[in-house]
Amino acid sequence: MNNWAKKLVKQREFVIFLIVVMLFVLMTIASPYFLTRANLLAVMLGLSLEAIIAVAMVHLMVTGGFDMSVGSVVAFTGASTALMLRSGMPVILAVVFGMCLGACIGLFNGLIVAKIGINPFVTTLSSLSLYRGLTLIVTRGQNVTGLPSSFKAIGQAKVFGIQTPIIICVVLLIIGDILLRKSRFFRQSYYIGGNEHAARLSGIAVDKIKIFAYVLTGLFAAISGIVMTARLGSASVTAGTGLELRVITAVIIGGASLSGGEGTILGAFLGTLLMGLISNALTLIGVDVYWQTFVIGATLLTAVLIDTISKKYKKS
Amino acid sequence: MSDTVLLQAKGIVKTFPGVRALDNVDFCLRKGEVHALVGENGAGKSTLMLILGGVYKPDSGTIYMEGEKFECFTPHEANTKGISVVFQELSLIPSLSIAENIFANRQPTNKYNIIDKKKLYEDTRALLKLFEMDCVDPSMPVSRLSIANQQVVEILKAISFNPKVLILDEPTSSLTEPEIKQLFKNISRLKDRGYSFIYISHHLSEIFEIADRVTVLRDGKHVSEAFVKDIDEDYLITNMVGRAIVNMYGVRSPSSKIGKKIFEVKHLTGKKQGPRRTFDDISFSIREGEIVGLSGLVGAGRTETARAIIGADPKESGEVYLEGKKLTIKSPKDAIKNRIGYLSEDRKTQGLITRFSIRENSVSNHLEDFSNGFGFIEDGAITQYALKMKDDLKIACPSVHQLVRNLSGGNQQKVLLGTWFGIGPKVLIVDEPTRGVDVGVKSDIYQQLRKLAASNVAILMISSDLPEILGVSDRILVMQNGKIVGDIPAKGATEEQVISLAAGTEAGGLCE
Repeated sequence: MNNWAKKLVKQREFVIFLIVVMLFVLMTIASPYFLTRANLLAVMLGLSLEAIIAVAMVHLMVTGGFDMSVGSVVAFTGASTALMLRSGMPVILAVVFGMCLGACIGLFNGLIVAKIGINPFVTTLSSLSLYRGLTLIVTRGQNVTGLPSSFKAIGQAKVFGIQTPIIICVVLLIIGDILLRKSRFFRQSYYIGGNEHAARLSGIAVDKIKIFAYVLTGLFAAISGIVMTARLGSASVTAGTGLELRVITAVIIGGASLSGGEGTILGAFLGTLLMGLISNALTLIGVDVYWQTFVIGATLLTAVLIDTISKKYKKS
Repeated sequence: MSDTVLLQAKGIVKTFPGVRALDNVDFCLRKGEVHALVGENGAGKSTLMLILGGVYKPDSGTIYMEGEKFECFTPHEANTKGISVVFQELSLIPSLSIAENIFANRQPTNKYNIIDKKKLYEDTRALLKLFEMDCVDPSMPVSRLSIANQQVVEILKAISFNPKVLILDEPTSSLTEPEIKQLFKNISRLKDRGYSFIYISHHLSEIFEIADRVTVLRDGKHVSEAFVKDIDEDYLITNMVGRAIVNMYGVRSPSSKIGKKIFEVKHLTGKKQGPRRTFDDISFSIREGEIVGLSGLVGAGRTETARAIIGADPKESGEVYLEGKKLTIKSPKDAIKNRIGYLSEDRKTQGLITRFSIRENSVSNHLEDFSNGFGFIEDGAITQYALKMKDDLKIACPSVHQLVRNLSGGNQQKVLLGTWFGIGPKVLIVDEPTRGVDVGVKSDIYQQLRKLAASNVAILMISSDLPEILGVSDRILVMQNGKIVGDIPAKGATEEQVISLAAGTEAGGLCE
């Protein structure tokens, strides 16, 4: 094998890409419905909201951070935006306020983690309950309906026959990937995740960037929450339940690590895509829906096992 | 020391993928001796130690302990045959007590299998008494001990297995001068009780102080074995490196001049920690092209002073001037903006990102030099810089994409030095710049520092290595208990002079 090919195989993204391609080929053979525009768009639509959050989550995890609260933030920002709209606020204002709300929650998480030094898991685990609770408080446990159609368009309109959530997701993915790969500012995150002490002494503004990563995660969760509310035409109090685990799973499948310093947005997207395709495939070939969660778990374990074992093999 | 052979290794061969770590090595330890094992990094000292300690199995060769052949090479077998290894990296659990660390997993129990605390503490006290430390409470958590005392616990742990041979791996690497004296006293005490030692160290001067015999390894081969009283330091260096190193510390090149005062620290005072400040009212200055050595005992406040200068830790008061201008430095970022660099004392935890490549590390502190107007990274330029750094500093590696953790300590240190050269420093503070690196690399690093000084950079070198302080500095500052107690020209200074300044009146004992 020549050097170029060796390098490619070493990339986690390439391995997942191969698995995705294999799944594509197998499914095209197995089901006539798989390789249709409608089905593929449905898969993309299904995973777009997760993929939006994954963009910010992978960056956060590169800095060595972690956010368990994104699912609750989706519900809270979605519900808050819906309530603002119901009170007659203009759509644009409600959306901006909703996004700011998400960013503020991220800021709060980030300040606690970076400045006070509480472990990210514990901090955002409390946020998970805090904002799910706040959602229930502000909505009195009722779904918020009766939203203006100009707002619903954000999630339901089509451009060239493609639903807006997919377009928003793809745009954020592309911009995010370029920035995380190429921009100096975001590049610093890898140094922080790689060795925080060394990064600080290297003149990197560690705390600021860590806090910013949480702000970004909150903001993207809010975007996802608002788009979801618009698409469904109502804000559900149970929206985004368990979403944090699905996003983190996808990001880890895509090559990020809990200890930080690793991960790309392309990888995170491929991880999300793989999970979406597996669910779709299982549905199409008629596997009991109850098996889906099990298969996702098995996929994560397999991905991590392959990674760890191949690293050990490379060392010896 | 008697002539009885206690431990003998014959024709040991050990191969790792791509490297022959040990090539037909013989080693012989006599009863009651301290036998030093020296060699550069990668010479095979650690491999030999790990084989004797039963961690690795040799590919071929035999080992006899008191005439009995080693069979299965497990740490357990080595232990039962009477060999204990005290590793360099402390293996203690900080939150547990001294007693529970020493008797980890072997705590004495009563008939209900409940730990017998009373006996546990008694046994521990008996061990502590060996080192005249019976004043220390065995229930004290290890985290509250100094590094030196933690090491004592580590040695006691090894002794609790009742060994005949103790292998000490770089035991002095994090100890201060008086602590080293104390360690040597303890080793002599144990020697008198019939224990034998294999002593691995980088510090050649220690070998002449403590060892009876010495074996030199180079590139996995046995080079020489000698009685310490018959040889000198040059003999050891020549044997270790394979060539004679003339004047390791180098000399100031005649063309380079010490210029005007460029850097000045005035009345720098740290925050109060407990009853005292780690550094208090520190004032000094450095001139262009001058190398100022900062000496002192560990804990004298040298690193803390440096970290406060560059804004890594907060300070109570004090000012820093560069080229006559007062600076406001709140974080390392500000320091770098003003082109003041700080090479940290611990390259692995504070300096490098070991799981990243040389290339990625090389620009960690001056990434902004490699981005265009839109803030995008120019990858090609980074690779160029890394390649240049590799050549300038003679970093031995197959490519700049090599992960830093796969480099030897000396090459890692060169990478760290190279990243700091990258900021184009006006002032560079280097903290223990040659800790744990080979003689050959040391000499390279001194050359680099001299070259940097010759280009008018002011250098502050914090070091616990006295020959290094005396050999490289133009001027020596000595800190003691958070204060500067000496400012002497290096020319004509002696080790005794510096030590007595550094130690002051309070020579720290173990039972404080």
